Parts: sequence; structure tokens; C-alpha cells
Amino acid sequence: MSEFTLKIRRYDPESGEAPYWDQHTIDLEPHRSVLEGILQAKARFDGSIGIRCSCRAAICGSCGVRINGQPGLACHTHLDKALKGARDGVITVEPMGNMPIIKDLIVDMDAVHWKKVQRVTPWLLNKEPVPEREYVVPRESMIDVTQSMACIQCGACVSDCLSMEVDPDFIGPAALAKAYRFAGDPRDAQQYERVKDLAEDPHGIFDCTHCFKCIEACPKGVAPMNQIMRLRRIATGTHHISDRNNGERHESAFVSLVKGHGLLWEAELLPRSYGGDNFFGKFAPKAGLELVDSLPVIARGLLRRKVTPGKAMLPPRDVPKDARTQIKQIFDKVEGRAERRELNLYISGYDEDADGAEGQHAPEAGQPGISPEESPTR
Amino acid sequence: MKVAYWPGCVSRGFTPELHGSMEHIAPMLDIELVELDRASCCGAGVIAEHSQELADTLNARTFALAQQVGSDTMMMNICSTCQGAQTECQERLDANAEYRALVNENLSEYGLEYRKGLLNKNLLWLLVEDYGLDELRARVKRPLTNLKVGPFYGCYIVRPTDRLGIDDSRPRDTYMGQLIEALGGTVIEYAGTQKCCGFPIITMNKEASLKQAGRHLGDAADADADCLVTPCPLCHLNLDLQQPLAERIVGRELNMPVLHLPQLIGLALGLSPKELGLGRHIVKPTSVIDWTTSVIGGVEAAAA
Repeated sequence: MSEFTLKIRRYDPESGEAPYWDQHTIDLEPHRSVLEGILQAKARFDGSIGIRCSCRAAICGSCGVRINGQPGLACHTHLDKALKGARDGVITVEPMGNMPIIKDLIVDMDAVHWKKVQRVTPWLLNKEPVPEREYVVPRESMIDVTQSMACIQCGACVSDCLSMEVDPDFIGPAALAKAYRFAGDPRDAQQYERVKDLAEDPHGIFDCTHCFKCIEACPKGVAPMNQIMRLRRIATGTHHISDRNNGERHESAFVSLVKGHGLLWEAELLPRSYGGDNFFGKFAPKAGLELVDSLPVIARGLLRRKVTPGKAMLPPRDVPKDARTQIKQIFDKVEGRAERRELNLYISGYDEDADGAEGQHAPEAGQPGISPEESPTR
Repeated sequence: MKVAYWPGCVSRGFTPELHGSMEHIAPMLDIELVELDRASCCGAGVIAEHSQELADTLNARTFALAQQVGSDTMMMNICSTCQGAQTECQERLDANAEYRALVNENLSEYGLEYRKGLLNKNLLWLLVEDYGLDELRARVKRPLTNLKVGPFYGCYIVRPTDRLGIDDSRPRDTYMGQLIEALGGTVIEYAGTQKCCGFPIITMNKEASLKQAGRHLGDAADADADCLVTPCPLCHLNLDLQQPLAERIVGRELNMPVLHLPQLIGLALGLSPKELGLGRHIVKPTSVIDWTTSVIGGVEAAAA
């Protein structure tokens, strides 16, 4: 047995008192979980500590908290591991972020998480006619959606979403991963309507900043951000939805500028994202409005010689011509292919002899029976 | 030390002072840069979002070009976003021989082939892991004494930790602090140090994007930072170029200079603010600290 000190954030909104920290020293074997530590503190020292839990085996998703500032399941974090990330040898436990606190470590999942999940129509909208017996689909067509099916609705990704931190209306990682689970399902009849809705929503798929927080937070390897990127690919690549949030135009302009010049041409990317991906995009009214809005910045940029007018008007020529031709040919070759070649590491796993990019050994894919911690998340 | 050097797009576009300052500090550190001028944009995640195979092929091409410099030559980048986007592609290429062969097929007609296992490191990682902070410390001519620097890591260089090889033995999410201390500066802790600058959604949701930048800049100001330093030129765009607009959105004056990593190093090595392109920033560091005549810790600037 070893002693561990837990510092628990306490708050009871009904009491009218401000939040405060409580510290308890508990006695457990190092491989036991932080949840067991909290429950021991509750049993031995203070029965009023609020914590929600049920299965204690990383299945039910009830005990999401922040441990030393990082979101995760209390039942799925070993005490010794938590101690490693602790400052001054004290393990801090806080409620999850981005959701209102009901009491202590219990947050209001209904007010945020479940409301957002309901927003994305989280059920299958059958293709007609409904077959007499089961739907039969090709095995490969379900591969990508299995990753989002691993979600246990714990809210850890919601807790840490940096877009939601500044834009509480953002649909967010958990709900969008759930949206992909149905938009990517071959039996669903309304893929177009689903992605159109999420692309046009000003707080939808194009509100994600690509910050990887949700990937890092998820205890089940769902990688919600990757599912959001898949939704974007369906919206822009499959259905060519020209959304009001500039998502499709931005992607299209980015791709065609790199194809044309080998490098990004920022001065052209911005106006085209607003006005449309062609030479005249920058003259469109929307691009003009954006230009006016950014005038103070543009003026200072020119003044400081950060950007010269010549540089802004002319495409980058850092890449030699023959290399630019190679790059263009690669775009044509890959984009000209009818089928999309992709590798999903979550499904395929790693070659037996393969190490991670930085020399880490990676275990097998996220199959049942492999702990999420060991499972590659992408 | 010889490296295959990938500067990226933005460091030669909207933040030319980044590539410029890297070229200035390299000879002072005895780092030989073999520039990969034939390489292409890493795609910054946007091309991968459009087509995974396309992004993987473009970056496999860059890796193959780096391997042509020397079979065991390390590749170095000065852009976190390049680091993150390229490592994502490299993870797939290294994980699966069949897929790698498929991608290499796209390159075969140009006589290029990516062989598994290239080391691709951001300047920050290279300095701490290969160059050594003691070596760097020995070359400091003008320690940044009393300069309070807030590290702004951004996202791509700290997440996801497993893909980027961050663990107890390689705590890459602490390197900026170590580096600032090695240069004699004081590290400022603040809430936004590893949060997102908001740049990726600047054209999609400008308000949410600039709210993020403004919030982190404000947090750093509240923590009493003199300046921020970032290894990511895209973060620099939102934190510096867009700072006047971010001020408007968060409704407070910020006036927080943001330095590129090689600029901070260059200052400590004794280079002048002008050589390092500090005057090109939207928030001139000189408006906050008079780098030309001073100053930090009473050590005279090399070229006043």
C-alpha cells in the first residue's frame, strides 16, 4: 500500500459559496485507480464529495474528470501514473470543462453534451426499401465508422475542446464524431442532407481548429477530430457543397494554389476563400468586404515591409519550374484516380516490424480486448 | 552539423523574417542548412483533409528529397505545422509497407523513393536533443536576463503526444521553457501556452478564431510577459499580424510582441533586431523593449 494525496475541487452552486480545494491522503496500491482514491476519500473522510461513477471499468463513461489538468476517466487512470503528472506530489482532480458544474466533480452533461448529440440526428435514417431481413453491406464500407462507434459518451473531448471554449455554440467533437457514425454509414439515406446541414451551420464542421485536444483526451481512441475531417471530406469532396462558412472554398483554394505553385500563396488564399477559388475570386463582393475589414492589418503589414505589394500580387517562385511541374503532375495523377486510397491506422494497425514515426513501438490496432491506452488512436 | 532544411511556405511568405532569421543564426551555431528548395507545401492538414494519398505523396516526396542529401541526414523544419502535418503522413508511411510502396509508386517516375525511418525535427527539438542546450548556452553573447518570455507552443508540436513521440524520456512539451532558460530568459507560465491560436478557422469563423488569439495574448499579458515566442509561423500570423483585430474582438489593448524561435535565439547570440527582422512585425518588439540600445540585463546590443 502507498499513500497518495488527492486535491479535489469542491463546488456546490446551490450553497452560494465559492469553489475551494480539499486535500485528502488516501492509502491504496499504486495500480489502483484515481476513482478508487476518490471513493476512499469519500468513505473515510468526507461523504459529501460529489462524484458520478458506475462500471469502474472504462465502459460506462460516467466518471470523466480532469486529473492534473488533463481530461480522462477517473477509473481508467492509475494512481502511480497520475502521480507522475502531478505537481509537488499532489494529484489534482477537477470537474470537466466546458460544462456547468452540478456539484464538485459532477458536471451537467444534459445541458451541453447530450443536447449537442441530439443536434446531429444520432440515429440511422434508413434507405428505402427496407429489406425484409438484415441490410447487407460490404465489410470495408463499415471500417471507418467503427472508430466513432467506440465512443462511450464520457465527454472528455467536450471538456477540452478549444473551439468550444470561445464558441459555446460549436457542435463539438463528441457530437460530430457521432454525426460521422451515421453520415459514413452506407445504410443511411441522408448523407447529403446531414453533411450539408453541418457544413452550413456557422458552428458546425468548419468551426474545428484542428487542435488535436479531443484526440488527446479520448480514452477510447475515437479521434473525434479525424471524424470531423472525414465529414469535411464528404461535404467538400463528395458533394461539393459550397457552404456559407467558406469551408469548401478555403480547401479548394488551398489545394489549387499548392498545385499551381508548389507552395502556399497566402495573399491569394484569403480572398479566394471568401470570393471563390479562381482568379476573379478576389474581386467578389464577399472578398471585398473582408478586405475592408482587414485594412488596418494590411496597411500595417505593408508599412512594416512584412509584405510588399509585389510579393502579394505575384505567386511564390521559390520552387524551381521543373519541380513545380512534378508537383502538378502528382496532383493530376492522384486526383485523377477514381478510387480513394486511404489508410486508417486505427483499423490497419502497424506492420509487425514497424516502429512509430519517432521510434516508438506501436501495438496492434484498436481491436476489442486491447486497452485503449495501448491502442493507436488514428 | 548538416541538416536537410525545409523552411516551409509561410516562413518565406507572410513571415519572411522567420526564414531570414534562421539563415542568420545557422552559421553562428555551425549548423549547415541544405535547403530543400524543390520540396512542396506540407498541406497543413488541409490537403490531407482533401485527399490523404495526395498529402502522403507530397510529403513522401519531401522526405525522399531530404534522404537524397545524405542517407542518414536529419531533416529540420522551422514550422510546427509542417512538423505536425508531415509527422502525420510519416506515421502512415512508416506503419505499413504496402501503403508506402503504393505512395512511392507515385514518385517512381521522378527517381524518388521514400525509405522508412527519416528523422524530421523542428529546430526546437533538434537544439535540445541533438545540438544540446549546453552547447547553445556556451554561444550566448547577450543573455536575455530579466526578459520575461511566454512560450506559445501552439498545437501541432505538442499533440497528439504519441504520434509526436512525447513521453517522460523526451518531454518535448517542455523544451521551450528549457530553451528560454538556456538563453538566460525567464519563463512565464500562462493559461494559453499550449492552446490553439485559432488561425485554422480565420476564414471560417473569424470571431472565434481571434477570440482565441486575443484570450491567450491577454492571459500572457496578465501573467506579466514581456513577449511571446513561438515555433509556429501560422500562430505568428494570428498572434501578431492579426493582433489589432484580436484587440478589437476581445476589447482590450494587448500590445504583446511575438517572436519567432530563431529570433529569440538570434538576440541572445548577439544579432541586432534589424538583422532578425524584428521591425517587420505588426507589434514591433521595439515598441515594448528598446532592443537597439539596451538592454536586457544591462548587456549592450551587438549592433546598436
